[in-house]
Formats: sequence, structure tokens, C-alpha cells
Amino acid sequence: MDFLSSLLNAAPGAIAQGLAWGIMAIGVYITFRILDVADLTVDGSLATGGAVCVMLIRAGVNPWLALLCATLSGCLAGLVTGLFHTRCGIPAILAGILTQLALYSVNLRIMGSKANQAVSVDKYDLLLSQRYVRSLTLDNPLPLLLIATAVVIFLLYWFFGTEKGSSLRATGNNPKMARAQGINTGNNIVLGLMLSNGLVALSGALIAQYQGSSDVNMGRGAIVIGLAAVIIGEVIFGKLFSNFGLKLLAVSIGAVIYYIVLQIVLQLGLNTNDLKLITALIVALFLSIPYWKSKLIRPKSQAKSAQKGDNSHA
Amino acid sequence: MLELNNVHKTFNPGTVNEKRALRGVSLTLNDGDFVTVIGGNGAGKSTVLNAIAGVWGIDEGSIVIDGVDLSKLPEHKRAKYIGRVFQDPMTGTAGNMEIQENLAIAARRGQRRTLKWGVTKKEKEEYREMLAGLDLGLEDRMTAKVGLLSGGQRQALTLLMATIRKPKLLLLDEHTAALDPKTAAKVLELSDKLIRENQLTAMMVTHNMRDAIHYGNRLIMMNDGQIIFDVSGEEKQKLTVEMLIAKFSENSGEEFANDRALLS
Repeated sequence: MDFLSSLLNAAPGAIAQGLAWGIMAIGVYITFRILDVADLTVDGSLATGGAVCVMLIRAGVNPWLALLCATLSGCLAGLVTGLFHTRCGIPAILAGILTQLALYSVNLRIMGSKANQAVSVDKYDLLLSQRYVRSLTLDNPLPLLLIATAVVIFLLYWFFGTEKGSSLRATGNNPKMARAQGINTGNNIVLGLMLSNGLVALSGALIAQYQGSSDVNMGRGAIVIGLAAVIIGEVIFGKLFSNFGLKLLAVSIGAVIYYIVLQIVLQLGLNTNDLKLITALIVALFLSIPYWKSKLIRPKSQAKSAQKGDNSHA
Repeated sequence: MLELNNVHKTFNPGTVNEKRALRGVSLTLNDGDFVTVIGGNGAGKSTVLNAIAGVWGIDEGSIVIDGVDLSKLPEHKRAKYIGRVFQDPMTGTAGNMEIQENLAIAARRGQRRTLKWGVTKKEKEEYREMLAGLDLGLEDRMTAKVGLLSGGQRQALTLLMATIRKPKLLLLDEHTAALDPKTAAKVLELSDKLIRENQLTAMMVTHNMRDAIHYGNRLIMMNDGQIIFDVSGEEKQKLTVEMLIAKFSENSGEEFANDRALLS
């Protein structure tokens, strides 16, 4: 009973975190699933978003404006990775790693050479804060996070339905076909990376406000958490959701589930230091499922014919 | 219409794998020409098509369509003038996207892609009619993912996509080679029909000599990166497979030792 009540107690926090990280996961979905590019910039751009947002709010900038600037800073990071990849011929994974590494220094610069910067909800007018996650007032961060998620999903649903968005999907699905149909695949990849990292930085900005600080290491392993959310969402809702908007929703729910599971694991007495190990193992497990499925489980028709063969021998 | 002037292309220059794929190819197509291209493996047939489409840049020479020099344009910009169908049915379409989405993308070839909706209602009606014309039942599966279609269906769809905006030049690169004979014949008939109805200028690479003779108004034979035989009009009508084989030996000084070319 104790376990359950403390879990219920922690649930709002887990949901809020899941929603905030879910926006990052949607960004990862754009690169990983739509563009078919593994973009490792996100570990850096998430922290960039947090750093830009916190430093601007500390400087007295309106928190909404700070959120916007943080998003744009992420787009810029995506632009750099995109140019490395498409204009300099650097493989996408390496291009992302290079930007991520560079961003570590950039983020420290943004934060005035400090590894972390606090932004207290007492001193500043933040949009959301962990403190009110269980309060039943307008200060509760959950409504804002829900609305933000809905707006992001709606905007992406619209964009990927447009001519430009369709050309982006074609670029990720079949670049040869895209070029043959007059689509500039290089520019589209850059655009997709900017879009994705903009969302990641937006998520970083929300997370930083939520937890009341930004940290140069806050993005470490973000890509893996994003992949976890994408995969959990696909495993659970893959058969149910075929609409693009619902697929994005599944990613967000995947992130929430991830944080709830994490909460349960922590309540069971696991060390927080082991979290990254557990996350990596979970993602590795889910990523390998399709591979092992195809290896171990024979397609139905094959299994049937094999059975027939057995019978004839008997 | 299309002019190739002394086009050269060498792959992997300066290495042991150096391959002089095109060695001074010159060719002028007239409006409405339907040219079939034959030749042995490695003769440079597909390479010519890829050079025109801009898959990579050429080393020397120029490629001009209706006065526009394409040689320095990137592949996606040349697409404005060129429709293409590939050997592999997977190549010409986006498998994760719907049939109507694929058509809508093709309908905007050479245009700026804006933030307007990707497939309009009016278009869907047009696509339904076009698909019905293929007689493959695709008009009732417009929202199906192209990945679910058979190879023949995908090639038929790719043909439609390549011609939905009338291209100045249609490039067919052995586009029936990966299909079973019956389907191949159907797709070939469809190609011929589309080319005639839209009065397209087209180049079709094929390994099948009979098809090369039967279709089109002009035939060119390639060997070792050069055009060794170019025949059109009545003279082409009178060609036979045996004559082509003889012509090949005569012009290249080699036996036409290619099973795929001789078969069927």
C-alpha cells in the first residue's frame, strides 16, 4: 500500500517530465523515423535550449520570448549539423557528434562558464515549475505541457501534410525518387534537422524551467531517451494508430510511460546512478526485437509447409 | 530537342578501377523521337541516361535540352525537364507514402513546393481517373501505401508519375527487366501508349532486342562507351535480331557474347 501511495504521489511529476521530454522525443521522431537519419546533435541542443532560456529569463527577458529564442537556438544547432552533413559530406552520425561536442563548449559560454545556472520560481515569473506539479491551481505545469504538446503535434501534422512537408517525407523514404521528382534532398535534410533540433531545444527550455535550472549535462543520453519514447510508442500503439498525428501522440505517450516506468523502478529501490544503464538496456532490447522476431519466428507460410513436411515423415 | 555533344565520363580516374564509361557520345534527338538503346553489359547504356539525368557530373561535353544547358545543373533541377523510370521498381516511388501522395509529389515536379496542402481534393479526382486508365484496380486504393503494391504495379505507377507533368524527355532505364515476362509486356505496352498519347520524346534502354526493334522509331546500339549504330525510320522497321547481331560484330569487331541480349 505504501508503495502504491508513494507511486501515486510521484505520478504527476513523472507525467510532467514525460510530457516535457516527449516534445524532445517528437523531435527525434522527425529525424529518426521521417528523415531516416540518426541525429546525435540532440544531446547538445537540449542543453542549449535550457541554457538559452534560463540565461534570458535571468536577464529579465519575458519567459515566452525566452522559449522562442531557445527554440531558434536549437534550429541553429540543427543547421550546423545539416551543413556538416550535406555540404561537407560528413556522415550524418558523425556530423551530429561533432555539433554535440562543439555545443558543450558553446553551452558553457552561454551559461557564463558555469556548469549550471539556477532560475528560481520565487525570483522569476516562470511558465512552469516542478513545485506546483501536485497543486490544483493555475500554476500547475501539466495543463501548459499538455497544450504545448498538442500545439506541436498539430503544427507538425499540418506541416507534413503540405507540399513541402510531403517532399521532406519523400526525402527520408526514398532520396533517389525525391531527386528524380525535382526535390532538393540536401536542403530538405537541413530543414528537417533544424525542425527537429528546434523542438529538442524547446523541450530543453521547458525542462529547465520545470526543474528550476539548466545544466551543461542535462542533455546527456537525451537521444536514447528520445528513441525509447519513439519505440515504446510504436510497440504499444503501432497497430492502433496509422494517422500521422496519432503517431506523434504515441511518441509523447511513450515518453510519459518511460518516466512512469522509471518512477516504478526507482520506487523498487534502484539507484538513480543506474538509470542510464537501465535505459540503454531497455532501448537495446526494443530495438533488437524486430531483428530477432524475423530470425526466430518463421513466417506463417514457411512454418506451415514445414509442418506438412513433418507430417509426411510421421 | 535533346543534344549530347561529345560527352565523356570516366569513373574512378587514376585508380586500378578506372572505367572509361562514356567516350565521346554525341546524339541529337528530334521532338517525338522514341529511341531504344541496346548494347552489351557495360556498354554505357544506363550511363548515358544517368549522365542526362544528372546522377553525377560529366567530365567533358554538354547536354542540352531545348536550348537549356543541363550539364552544370544538379539532378533535382534537371528533373523539371526529365521523367524517369528505373530498373528497380522500388526506386521510382516512395514506399511508405500513399499512392495519391506519390502522384501529388510527381505532379509538382519542377515547381516550388509551398506550404499549401500536399494533395488537393480536385487532384484526387484526376488521379482516380488516371489510375483507372491503368486498369490495375489502383483507383480504389489511392490511400494505400505504395510499398504494398507488386513490382509491376509500382512500375506502372512510376510511369504515370514520370509523365503526369509532360516531361521534355522520358528516360526508361531497363524498366521492365525486373518484372516477370507477362507483367513486363504489359508495362511495355503501357509505356508505348503513354509515349504516343502524350507525344513524348523518350529513350528506353533494353536488353531485349525484339522489344528494341518493335518499339520506337529509332534505335541506337552502344559499345564500349560509344554509339556504334544509329538507325531510324523505315530502315529500323526492317531490322531483325539477326541483323542486329551481325551489325554488332561488324561495328565492334567482337562477338555479341551476351546471353541476356540474345534471349527471347
